[in-house]
Amino acid sequence: MTALLEVENLRTRFRTDDGFVQAVDGVSFAIEPGSTLGIVGESGSGKSVTCLTVMGLNDTRNTTSEGSARFDGIELIGAGRDQLNKLRGTRMAMIFQDPMTSLNPVKTIGWQLEEAVLAHQDVTRKEARARSVAALGDVRIPRAEARLRDYPHQFSGGMRQRVMIAMALINGPDLIIADEPTTALDVTTQAQILALMNGLQEEHGMAIIMITHDLGVVAEVADDVVVMYGGQIVEQAPVGEVFYRPRHPYTWGLLGSLPRLDAEVDRLVQIPGQPPSLMRPPDGCRFHPRCAYTMDICRTQLPVLETSPGTDHLQRCWLDDETKRREGTKIIEMVHQAAS
Amino acid sequence: MWRFIARRLMWAVFLFVAVTFITYVIFFVAPNDPAKLAAGKAATPEQVKQVAEYLNLDEPVWKQYGLWMKQLVFEQSLGRSFVNREDVNDIIIRAAPVTASLVFGGAILWLLVSIPIGVYSALRPRSLIDRSAMIFVLIGISAHPVWIGLILSFVFGSYLGITPISGYCDLVNPAIGAECGGPVEWAYHMILPWCTFALLFAALYVRLIRANVMETMSEDYVRTARAKGVAEHTVLRSHILRNSMLPIVTILGLDIALALGGAVFTETIFNLPGLGRQVIVAYEKTDLPVIVGVVVFSTVVIILFNLIVDCLYAVLDPRIRLT
Repeated sequence: MTALLEVENLRTRFRTDDGFVQAVDGVSFAIEPGSTLGIVGESGSGKSVTCLTVMGLNDTRNTTSEGSARFDGIELIGAGRDQLNKLRGTRMAMIFQDPMTSLNPVKTIGWQLEEAVLAHQDVTRKEARARSVAALGDVRIPRAEARLRDYPHQFSGGMRQRVMIAMALINGPDLIIADEPTTALDVTTQAQILALMNGLQEEHGMAIIMITHDLGVVAEVADDVVVMYGGQIVEQAPVGEVFYRPRHPYTWGLLGSLPRLDAEVDRLVQIPGQPPSLMRPPDGCRFHPRCAYTMDICRTQLPVLETSPGTDHLQRCWLDDETKRREGTKIIEMVHQAAS
Repeated sequence: MWRFIARRLMWAVFLFVAVTFITYVIFFVAPNDPAKLAAGKAATPEQVKQVAEYLNLDEPVWKQYGLWMKQLVFEQSLGRSFVNREDVNDIIIRAAPVTASLVFGGAILWLLVSIPIGVYSALRPRSLIDRSAMIFVLIGISAHPVWIGLILSFVFGSYLGITPISGYCDLVNPAIGAECGGPVEWAYHMILPWCTFALLFAALYVRLIRANVMETMSEDYVRTARAKGVAEHTVLRSHILRNSMLPIVTILGLDIALALGGAVFTETIFNLPGLGRQVIVAYEKTDLPVIVGVVVFSTVVIILFNLIVDCLYAVLDPRIRLT
């Protein structure tokens, strides 16, 4: 199957008053139609910027992007606004992190949904309204017809995120990019929203890129996982591989720091230190200042992203395969032991 | 909504009483004798006393205030001038349109100047126009209207001779025997006063609009609109401009009321017979009824404007519910 979205060596750079920030540094991945890709990483790892770049939503005045991102064969990097607008909202849509601020506070929900329809389809306002009602029904908002006249502040956070999802779905996109769609919501609402998105994916068959810092979310929804650190991909594999045979010390750290309700853990394992400054990234491996396995070579040379022998499991680490296997298994056993 | 308006009106009545009473008290503690001024230079002490009795100036302050209020409530009359017995109502009816011409014309001018410049500066920060606009802002805020008025009337009125230096023409129904009248003459005479009056506010508004538009541009919902594939000019119109104008409406309402005070300078320089000029003239002669009359009128206008702004804001911003 050909990929729906193919990102190749994507590099995005911001100009700031203090210098250039390389927020995305050579990221490549592909996503098949109908599948789900999870992008995981800490704040500032470049996961959101990667997707904003794909959507062409960065501020063009201080951002430059290189590399390639092809959606169904159409190059997005460097594409003009009009060309992007033919795809955005119709064939690829985006859901944002904070539903509180992502809707225009002075326009009704109905107006904002209709705007999405009318931007792409040559239909009457009445028809657009009918589609908006249907879309709100799709995301299980009761009394959809009446609620179209309401303003965002009359909805709860979870309901607003449903509206955002309805807005993304309304033109039947092939790809939805969800940028931490559950981060701003409370835990019960998070589960509802994830279940809703899973259900909608089964119904409509769109591909989803799920950006998150929560490995629990990834385990629940993703087919493939990309782990990002410091603007680069450090590990990339099918979801089972990442959860059962993690190969990168950073992924081990993420797995070790998962909170669990069903196990008595004295304290959560945490990754020491802070994410690297992308203005002056560390020499060598970007993770080496925080890594428990740092060797001399890590300090001077950046490891390449390569497959482990005999698998399609990509990772970026100098450790020898034997150590990775051993330490990875240890982490997984620890996590599973804690669970049992 | 109606409860809100009722409450605001009650508050307005209280404010009104407070403002007029304070105006009264200030004039009575001030060391001058309105009766003497009203009676004229050659008046004997007896005549002055007579005048004082006639004008109720021999009564205590609170009683005078009570009489004045009674007259206002039951006869809708602001009384007569101490100086020439002219009805204060007539003075205000004559002067208010002049000030209104200045203030509203000026407001339209400052918006016409500041909205395009402010929006453009926000869309193209650090561009040549943005930088020039910031210099304009600096000048507009720093220069006093009196100085600007004098410079303008010297350059355009006197040196180039393309505008009148002073005077006012009625917009409609010019008085019989008036030198000029009608919309064209009216606007022609108001050009310099409008420019003088609008400069400070235009400068403030350029800065305000620029900041508001820039802030709105980085809002999440603007990004959402772009992610929906909405054309850029629609994003600008329906999301950025619409939302960034919300605070401008509030401030505009307050500023138009505030501008009544600023009108005094402009009216004086260009010899416009507006409310500000009337107050200056009345003040020199301690003509209390005229001063209080103008204060009353201005207070009512300001209170009314605030009410309109509050209601308008509730219409524009659904998050505000008046209760």
